[in-house]
Amino acid sequence: MIRYFSLAGLLFAFWLALSGHYTPMLVTAGAVCAVACVFAAIRMRAADPEGHPIELFRGAITYFPWLFLEITKSGWSVTKVILDPSLPISPTMTVVRASQKTPAGMATYANSITLTPGTITVGVSGDEFTVHALVRDGADDLEGGGMDRRVSQFEGAA
Amino acid sequence: MTLAVDLASWGLILLGSFFTLVGAFGLVRMPEVFTRMHAASVTDTLGVGFLILGMTLQAGFGLVTLKLLFLLALFVFTGPVVTHALAQACLHEGIKPLLAEDRRGMTRPRSTDPDDGRQPS
Amino acid sequence: MFAAAAAAILVALALAIIRAIKGPTVFDRVLAGNSVGTLAIMLLAVVGFLTERPEFLDIGLTYGLLNLIGTLSVLKFFRHGDLAYDADSESKS
Repeated sequence: MIRYFSLAGLLFAFWLALSGHYTPMLVTAGAVCAVACVFAAIRMRAADPEGHPIELFRGAITYFPWLFLEITKSGWSVTKVILDPSLPISPTMTVVRASQKTPAGMATYANSITLTPGTITVGVSGDEFTVHALVRDGADDLEGGGMDRRVSQFEGAA
Repeated sequence: MTLAVDLASWGLILLGSFFTLVGAFGLVRMPEVFTRMHAASVTDTLGVGFLILGMTLQAGFGLVTLKLLFLLALFVFTGPVVTHALAQACLHEGIKPLLAEDRRGMTRPRSTDPDDGRQPS
Repeated sequence: MFAAAAAAILVALALAIIRAIKGPTVFDRVLAGNSVGTLAIMLLAVVGFLTERPEFLDIGLTYGLLNLIGTLSVLKFFRHGDLAYDADSESKS
């Protein structure tokens, strides 16, 4: 129940942020639209722990800055590879295990791997991801499991 | 104070332009489609991120900043979805990635489903 | 300063279009098309600041959503050969 109210509140805040006009008529229209969208989401079964994971909001406060730092570091190494005249790529395919328990946590891990430049999740089967890495070091880092542990910690911070 | 903010935002915008150019250059330079995706993701994350952060400093505090942050969140949440769908569609079509080293199936039994990226036995 | 960023984005757009023309497979072209969409959104934002009309950001947000749906629908068509394919009705994938 609290999930539906939180979704309605977020949608209404999104309306207010995008509109910028605060006449009574438009604000009422926004509230009606937010409630209608929540009913549509319930009917589409999109307002479940996977579609609107309010449990993860607290962990997200520290997770996203860490992820941006990680993206900057690996983005810089990919930049050096692209600008190197000899183009020293060594594409590697590997399989890594995901230790997350919920679907939202696994999706977070797979998307974090893809978002980091230099590694792409190309397939999922069970709790194993197939990963394509631009250079060998990227595959080695993922097999070390540092990001896996960080995402599990983010998932468990609920 | 304003001069410091201006300098910081100019630095961030220049950095964003640099990474955008590097990603597009890699898109032309890389040899095949999987490695090109890595180059495109430099544009999608670092280029867009630094450009939007620089513009946020120029915009000050208000609705414009909020909209810029919505744009950044849109890229962060939808970028990986598109890249993953593209990689899986490539494998489904039977395009073999150019590999220097293949560690699939070294420790685990091979799956027969070609869409999970494993080599079919 | 925004003019320099706009120039850099235009050069990047030209490079992405070169890849879209050259690309040997259809997926290279889809990737290049997605990059063109991303760069167009950034160009909209930068031009909005250059002309001091932040309304361009709303157009950028809309174009971002359209870019996502467009790329995914093209990929779904090549993956299943049918835009109305229902992945849930099959047990596999």
